Amino acid sequence: MDTLLRAESISRRLPGDIPVTLVEDVSLEVHAGEFLAITGPSGSGKSSLLYLLGLLDQPSTGHIWLNSTETTRCAEDRLADLRLTHLGFVFQSHFLLPEFTASENVMLPMQRLGKLGQAQIEARARDLLTDLGLHDQVRKLPKQMSGGQSQRVAIARALANDPHIILADEPTGNLDTKSSGVVQDILRGLARQQGRAVIAVTHDHAFAEKADRIVTIVDGKIR
Amino acid sequence: MNPLLISIAVKHLLARKRQSIVSLFGIVLGVAFFLTISSLMLGSENDFIHRLVDNTPHINITDEYRNPRQQPAETMFPTAALDVRSVKPETETRGIRGYIQILDYLRAIDGLKASPVLAGQALVSFAGKDVGISLNGVVPEELNTVSTLHSYMTIGSIDDLIANPDGIIIGSELARVMSLRVGENLNVAATTGQIHTFKILGVFHTGRASYDETQAFVALKRVQALLDRPNRINTIIVKLNDAYQARAVASEIESHIGYKAVSWQEASEDIMSTLMIRNIIMYSVVSAVLVVAAFGIYNIISTVVMEKQRDIAILKSMGFHASDIEWIFVTQGCVLGVAGCAVGLPLGMAMMTAFMGLSFRVPGNSDPISIPMDWSWYQFAIAGMFAFTAATLAALLPARKAAHVQPVDILRGGS
Repeated sequence: MDTLLRAESISRRLPGDIPVTLVEDVSLEVHAGEFLAITGPSGSGKSSLLYLLGLLDQPSTGHIWLNSTETTRCAEDRLADLRLTHLGFVFQSHFLLPEFTASENVMLPMQRLGKLGQAQIEARARDLLTDLGLHDQVRKLPKQMSGGQSQRVAIARALANDPHIILADEPTGNLDTKSSGVVQDILRGLARQQGRAVIAVTHDHAFAEKADRIVTIVDGKIR
Repeated sequence: MNPLLISIAVKHLLARKRQSIVSLFGIVLGVAFFLTISSLMLGSENDFIHRLVDNTPHINITDEYRNPRQQPAETMFPTAALDVRSVKPETETRGIRGYIQILDYLRAIDGLKASPVLAGQALVSFAGKDVGISLNGVVPEELNTVSTLHSYMTIGSIDDLIANPDGIIIGSELARVMSLRVGENLNVAATTGQIHTFKILGVFHTGRASYDETQAFVALKRVQALLDRPNRINTIIVKLNDAYQARAVASEIESHIGYKAVSWQEASEDIMSTLMIRNIIMYSVVSAVLVVAAFGIYNIISTVVMEKQRDIAILKSMGFHASDIEWIFVTQGCVLGVAGCAVGLPLGMAMMTAFMGLSFRVPGNSDPISIPMDWSWYQFAIAGMFAFTAATLAALLPARKAAHVQPVDILRGGS
């Protein structure tokens, strides 16, 4: 299996009078088509590890390779470009831009990338939303949609630039059981059917059970 | 600029309509007041200069010397160390010597008109009242070409002095104070003790009360006789086709004839510098309005940046660069600046038009005056550029702050 993401002995420490270690000496590989669940108690460093793997934060020590690119020496703009083209994020809260419709939110990453024309971007956004069962929500604002629908729009937005890796931070944390099940199925499908790597941080054991692999973090370390 | 960033910026502003309108209102008022006040300043300055240029000689040649006359010994021995003491000036009749030749020289200069004047103090007596006046002996045929007095005549004409050399033209205030009427006789006593009776031929009214009360015009020959200064004048009034050449022409004339030639610019230097200081003060005050408006924009965009931390974080996590985020907020300042100009400039134009229609009386002026307004394209350009720059700079600081938002710091904060 292709290794899409590799972390080697990464640690993240917050400097200060009393330094705080968020992640310590974690090594991890994520492969194409793999659904990886990261679990652990609250404050154990799950989300911090996800942010490091998602290039939103830089490790204090260690190395992260995205495909064959060593990312720890990349400048901020280069990391932004890597996120734009290779990574998609889904957060606990949908984090949709409130002034934009569902369709416009999905279009944002594509417009920023600028590879497609406006008509193609609109068509792809519509297709992504339709695939996630939101064909009738295209023109709605986030405040006009339910939590489950908004989270599916967030997933569509994460998929907009066809990334190889989807990183999800407690994607079902704010959802009811039914919506949570739908989102879990979608994420699992992204790995199994579409061959993407999905890394999901979750407290939900049932959700974690659906993953191909579970990594448990305690006190910043893999147990 | 990237249309995506513009669309995000505009949506942010539209999402906060009330705050956006308030800060926009500041810029609109700033632009409109800047335009109106600067037009008022320019109008009053131009009006003042226009009056100065029209109503005063462009060059006034008087019977004085700018520098003391050189002693013959100094002329003879230019390199010697001379000490000439106890020089006693020759007692002579004051006035410009050889003025006929000087006038011939002046009239040979292109675009220049000149006329001689002999002015002196006199006392007019009528019905038991005595008033001191300045008696101006003029050549009536020439006065119209170098003075605007004819345009202020309310009764009679300057040309009447040609037909009646014993006539006098007085100001409306003098006529009012002394209850004089056209056709009546007026006794004028000169400082020499001579008294001459003049017939009032005309009355002028310039609107400047002191001028209208103290100036009177008669034929030059009569004044020369009255003041006992035959063939003398003490002033030559010069008008130029191009008034702004006055300084250079005056310098050339002075170097040629020796007598002091004062251009209107030199005579009004203190006033011109006062005008400049007034302009600096007024522009500073009006600019302050725009600076205050810019603070309003700074405030709204800072608020938006604070409120949009989560959106900034999510945009950055998507792959937007820090510079994209900065542009989004700078664009908001630009949009407010452009919109402020788009509304403020026409509003300023409307205010200028309204001001032009106003007229009122001021103390010391007997006629109602209207507000002089003047404008040109560069005032609009300055107002627009200043507003746009102020709005953009006001947005720059919060925009830079937004660009430095670390997504992890916000995302760690949770939902």
